[in-house]
Amino acid sequence: MRLTDEEEAMQAGRLGPLRQWAIDHQIRVGRYFGANDLVPVGQAHIMADTESLGVAGVEWLERWAALPADQRMVCIPTLTDPRGTDFAAAQRLKQQPWMVDLERRAADAFAALGVLMTNTCINYQTIMAPVPGEHVAYGDTGVVIYCNSVCGARSNFEGGPSALSAAVTGRTPRYGFHLPERRQVTLLVRVSYTPRRLDEWGALGGVVGRLAGDYWQVPALIGIERVPNSDEMKHFGAALASYGSVALFHMVGITPEAMRLEDVAAAPASLKAHHVGQAELRVFQARYAKDVGTVDVVVFSAPQLSLVEIQAVASLLEGKRVAVPLLAVTSPQVKADADRFGLTARIEASGATVLSGMCFYQSYARDMAEANNWRRLATNSAKLVNILGGYGYKPVLLSMQQCVEAACAGGRLSA
Amino acid sequence: MSDTDARTFFAAAGMGRKVTAPALVASDGFSARYDLDRIRGVFSRPGHKLAGESYRDRILVLDAAKGGVATAWMLYEMRARGVMPAALVLNRVNPIMVQGAALADFTMISGFAIDITKAIPNGATVEIDPAAARPFIRVV
Repeated sequence: MRLTDEEEAMQAGRLGPLRQWAIDHQIRVGRYFGANDLVPVGQAHIMADTESLGVAGVEWLERWAALPADQRMVCIPTLTDPRGTDFAAAQRLKQQPWMVDLERRAADAFAALGVLMTNTCINYQTIMAPVPGEHVAYGDTGVVIYCNSVCGARSNFEGGPSALSAAVTGRTPRYGFHLPERRQVTLLVRVSYTPRRLDEWGALGGVVGRLAGDYWQVPALIGIERVPNSDEMKHFGAALASYGSVALFHMVGITPEAMRLEDVAAAPASLKAHHVGQAELRVFQARYAKDVGTVDVVVFSAPQLSLVEIQAVASLLEGKRVAVPLLAVTSPQVKADADRFGLTARIEASGATVLSGMCFYQSYARDMAEANNWRRLATNSAKLVNILGGYGYKPVLLSMQQCVEAACAGGRLSA
Repeated sequence: MSDTDARTFFAAAGMGRKVTAPALVASDGFSARYDLDRIRGVFSRPGHKLAGESYRDRILVLDAAKGGVATAWMLYEMRARGVMPAALVLNRVNPIMVQGAALADFTMISGFAIDITKAIPNGATVEIDPAAARPFIRVV
């Protein structure tokens, strides 16, 4: 790989051991993918939950955090993905004290590196969305796919170590979706049903994700009949990334790089084409509903809820009382507004709980299931449904309204 | 060793050290977050073709990297606890697996001319050399 003078200085250790480790890491990753050089990035976003980091990862961070300030601080704006707990609610969730302690240690270490503990996976809705063509190093699949596809930014999936590397070097290896040629369409999906609800957008993302199958596929959707709003794009993208490991999609006539199919496909006729309609979405949802007549818990999370989603939950719960736990998970930024507008109070008046700065599956989901006897779970997030099977849950994908109705009916699902 | 050796399969890229171990093979994806019970060292997602199988000290031969970014941290944590696969062999890799392997000093190769999950018998002892001029997996 070609290195600039500054990058060679980092490699030689002249800017301290953290930057030396970071650029070595980036060179190893870049070489694997045939990168020729590194590209400057404007922001980094780091997965920071301790269920992923583990004790070993936190100790690793703490070693870097102990360096002198001039050697340890990030050099670009750097945000964090959700934490593994909401400190204010850990006891209610029956999370163990050691989990909370580990979270505090990780947060302290990240803060010592100059990382802004934003604890959010919806930074594009709440903090600072990237602009078209901006190179960034984002570390949440939902954030990456949204910012690549809807904002026109350039990012690969950057896992924690790589996002931290980008944060301290200010650059990332130039491969994958930093390259224009990788952003071209590889498969077409003709859609005959435009989803109306968030769970349907997630289901569409899940179906397309399974068709795509791997990171290097770039699906283009044709036939979406209206411009989806930010929450709809969020659920679609999060599910597409979750089921398919996909990092970029185009919606022809809607997303910025694909006003015409020809803008992102040199030879559209040569591309493999699929059809997805309402029947495919129903089959997708029905697969999860088998044998689940009653749920133990209802969760709105993954991605964290926008202020608009929080308002919708508050409206659906108005005058009602939940009979099984209902958790609405959002970012610290949205939570402050939800408190200010009285939305948190309206939701919690029903017996439901608003959680902040965490995401359900990143918060020791297996341990919470065992401690709370939660096994059957209802959600309107296709991404959450995809993840939680591996954590021992039996999840079901419903609309937000159906989820609220189930919570108020003792967990019973309407026919 | 040559391309005509029916028991040797060359990869597009590799990382880590030479490893020999039994293979655990399936035409399915891999994500540490989605698919594993990392404490018990088994595949835990019910729909996974290796559900219930122990991955400890096995060379996993799978189709594609799946899911999210957590695997990049999790491989390091798995190595620290000593409950991890011996290596990972994938038809198609994503950046997260490579980033995680780089941090954890974990052996991985990917990218084949054939479907590697069809070429390697489940349970066969295999050797991986990711540092060779052409990284390869070989049935011993």
